Amino acid sequence: MIDRRLLTNIDWVLTGLVLTVCLLGIMNIYSATTPYKIIGTAYYIKQFYWLMVGMTLSLVVCSLDYHILEDLSYWFYGFLVFLLIIVLVIGRRSMGATRWLNLGFINIQPSELMKLVIIVTFARFFNNFQSIGGLTVKDVLIPLSLLALPAALIMKQPDLGTATLVILIALSMILYVGLRWSTIVTFICITIPMAWISWAFLLRPYQKNRILDFLNPERSRLGSGYHIIQSKIAVGSGGIIGKGFVKGTQSQLRFLPEQHTDFAFSVFAEEWGFVGCLVLIIIYLFLVLWGLNIARRCNDRFGGLLAVGVTAMLFWHIVINMGMVIGLFPVVGVPLPFFSYGGTSMITSMVGIGLLQNISMRRFMF
Amino acid sequence: MKERRFVRELLESKQRILVLSFAVGIVFLSLILRLWHLQILSADDYHAMSENNRLRFVPVAASRGAIMDRTGTVLVSNRPSFSLAVVPQEVKDKEALLTLLSTLLGLDRADMAERWEKNKKRAKYYPIVLASNITRDHVEIIEENRLRLPGIEIEMKPVREYSSNQLAAHLLGYIGEVSEKELNTKGYEEYNPGDYIGKNGIERALENELHGGDGGRQLEVDARGRVLRTISESSPTVGNSVMLTIDANVQKQAERAFGEQAGAAVVMDVNNGEIVAFVSNPGFDPALFSGRLPADVWQEYLDDKRHPLENKALSGQYPPGSTFKMVTALAGLNNNIINESTSIDCTGSYDLGTSTFKCWNKRGHGSTNLRKSLRESCDVFYYKLGEKLGVDKIAAAAQAFKLGAPLGVELLNERSGLIPTSEWKQKRFGKRWYHGETLPVAIGQGAVIMTPIQLASMIATVANEGTIYRPHLVKRVVDADGKTLRETKPEIIGNAPFSKESFRLVKQGLLAVVNEPGGTGAMARLYDVKVAGKTGTSQVVKLRDSKQGTPYQYRDHALFVAFAPYDKPEVAVAVVVEHGEHGGSAAAPIAGRILRAYFDSKKPVRKEGSGSQKDDEEEESDEDGGAAEVKEPQIKGDAKND
Repeated sequence: MIDRRLLTNIDWVLTGLVLTVCLLGIMNIYSATTPYKIIGTAYYIKQFYWLMVGMTLSLVVCSLDYHILEDLSYWFYGFLVFLLIIVLVIGRRSMGATRWLNLGFINIQPSELMKLVIIVTFARFFNNFQSIGGLTVKDVLIPLSLLALPAALIMKQPDLGTATLVILIALSMILYVGLRWSTIVTFICITIPMAWISWAFLLRPYQKNRILDFLNPERSRLGSGYHIIQSKIAVGSGGIIGKGFVKGTQSQLRFLPEQHTDFAFSVFAEEWGFVGCLVLIIIYLFLVLWGLNIARRCNDRFGGLLAVGVTAMLFWHIVINMGMVIGLFPVVGVPLPFFSYGGTSMITSMVGIGLLQNISMRRFMF
Repeated sequence: MKERRFVRELLESKQRILVLSFAVGIVFLSLILRLWHLQILSADDYHAMSENNRLRFVPVAASRGAIMDRTGTVLVSNRPSFSLAVVPQEVKDKEALLTLLSTLLGLDRADMAERWEKNKKRAKYYPIVLASNITRDHVEIIEENRLRLPGIEIEMKPVREYSSNQLAAHLLGYIGEVSEKELNTKGYEEYNPGDYIGKNGIERALENELHGGDGGRQLEVDARGRVLRTISESSPTVGNSVMLTIDANVQKQAERAFGEQAGAAVVMDVNNGEIVAFVSNPGFDPALFSGRLPADVWQEYLDDKRHPLENKALSGQYPPGSTFKMVTALAGLNNNIINESTSIDCTGSYDLGTSTFKCWNKRGHGSTNLRKSLRESCDVFYYKLGEKLGVDKIAAAAQAFKLGAPLGVELLNERSGLIPTSEWKQKRFGKRWYHGETLPVAIGQGAVIMTPIQLASMIATVANEGTIYRPHLVKRVVDADGKTLRETKPEIIGNAPFSKESFRLVKQGLLAVVNEPGGTGAMARLYDVKVAGKTGTSQVVKLRDSKQGTPYQYRDHALFVAFAPYDKPEVAVAVVVEHGEHGGSAAAPIAGRILRAYFDSKKPVRKEGSGSQKDDEEEESDEDGGAAEVKEPQIKGDAKND
């Protein structure tokens, strides 16, 4: 199935960076969940299993030539939009927010898959699109509608975090294709009134609260603002070298919310200090730059677009999550790729890495 | 042309990659700068904040729901109890504190240290209970010495109070501190060390209803333990109360009827499966189990040959003995092997192949029909019937009664008993069934075993002519305001498909057991209510010494099952007296007293029950004389035979 020549081209830099983060993540999850009362398998063990599952999927993805995605992309897109509608219908029926779709043997989260599918869809679209001198306003109308439909459906779930990510990934890809200055100016003129409308009509009260809390944490010291304050205390009290493994008081006394998932970095920052954070951030930086490098080296446009999309996905996850933990962004439920506990995030990110690996390995084939 | 455009586009996008990389670098740099700001420039401030940041959770235990009998009489309720707890994060010198506590209060230092050690892994602000159930004097001493005891807290928790002394101990069960093993089990996620949970009986089976929701206050305190603010607060919700189908009065009389004898009794409403009394004797004091059980009491319970801690009504399994004959008889009638007038000649034993099967009456019963066979508990009649039926037809009849499997009473660990079949033997021992083995089964011996609940269900099913209700103990669950949340509806779990005529014939026989001369169950007779029943004696060991010399644990079990009133059955009772030897003399009088209590409590007008009591006693002495004569055989009835 996999060409023997390809094996010699495995991107070891990519593999090494990802596995390093995963192992740091598992170590950190061990510390973050020590104060938990654990029933059944410990979280860090489960995360290890997820890593195995993720790596297997990653292998599967990179063994198939990514060019087949070009033909399948719109089918994927159609199917995913269909699933998102189903999720909404079921959610409505069960009188509550639902992000999951139970297929009997497995629970899937279509909004999470949408992150990958929007990359493939946009790559396909722009691959056949002439854009010398940058995209005009008219040029971006079709891709924007392709984006608006799933984004609206996800926001309706309501899952602000994922919707934001899908939008950011898509916008990053448009940016990579290139925009004319006139297009950028037009957008700024449209976005500002749009933002006002969505604030007034679209956002849910708890979403507004989160944004307000972010802008002014003192506003609600008990609600989500409380989490930001506690997280900042955790990070700040870590100092230069940190309090030591499993010695963070903020995390061990459970001041942090969801400290093994979304706030995992907060635990890490407290226990390993600035030095540890610097190491982790630099690994992530290398990972993102390496992703862009893969895009640069790729000599076919579709591959380049895919690589940029996947890299954008990782980049935005990293920045939003870290930004949230250190009080730069509002609290939205975005995990840190490979580092936070969770199977869904691990699988999505690993499939993304599989794609990057795929593109990197085949760069000599043309 | 197209080629060139492609190349140009490619080059353009490669340039943009560099721009994007640059942008990424800037974003990451700003993350690093922010971290620099937090972790280096403001590190001291945040470090101080984290040092002062102390959360403390003060749990407030929910008051456990009460347990009542069917009339609303409270059997178990709560009273406040104090326990001594420590918040580890506020203790500087653990050893000194423990020493001080033990000298001030006289509590066991090692015990407290052990509890502390066990909970070491928990968050440091979480109070650890060092001693439960401390006295009010202790509370006062602690309050006086507050300043010398930093981190020490007194928690008020409701504990169980049992209104009548040891009444229905096995049924009610007891509560105790949740164990480590339980904490790691599914369904206990909400519990914390130190919590009390039902360990046994109704307390355990209805834990979810009774427990209620614990509340607590999440406090932020400073380094010295001063409360800065309350982060969240939730008040506990009182557990739901459980109303049982038990009648406390009947229960009390039934327990009393056993005296010092070990055994079990189940009294069941024939028409809906409600269990009116549920006795396992001797009982124990459930209050003792809430705290730490004193070692000597524990040893005493363990040494008692009568096994007070065992719930005999639920998990005791006994060969039903002759009480099982009603099932064999119904099987015979339904398979047209016998009818009302079928008669055999009992010579005192029956030969099959090389073996001789003895009737309990060595002299034989002579000409015996169905009615006489039940009345005088003739074994030979059932040997012959069993031989013709074969084990599987007997088993089919028993299974039609839902015997051989738990009946689904609410309590945990209900046993299933055993109804042997040829298939069972093949599977279990890999051997085929021998014909000779059927004969003991026909008279409820051999491998047949049943629980007292099954015995009661069997006789109740005969009484109502085939309807099998699920025996149940919970009448309803009510919330703290007395509103009914759930009510148990009578549930029919099966139908024993025997003809009305068959039931009529068997019931006539059972009536004769109690009311006709020569009947083995005369001691259960009441002067005002027609009682029908069946005696049974179940063998514990085969070989027996002379009648005086049998040690207690080898003596036979005495059984009696009955229902009343005969014409319009209301109540069924099953009595097992462990090592009581004779169903008619040991079990039947207890059944009689239980039925007396049942009908007296139903008609409070006729309270002058003392008169009827005397009647019973007279009969008892009468029958005792008869019973003493009978010995030796495998299966014994107890009355003189004609």
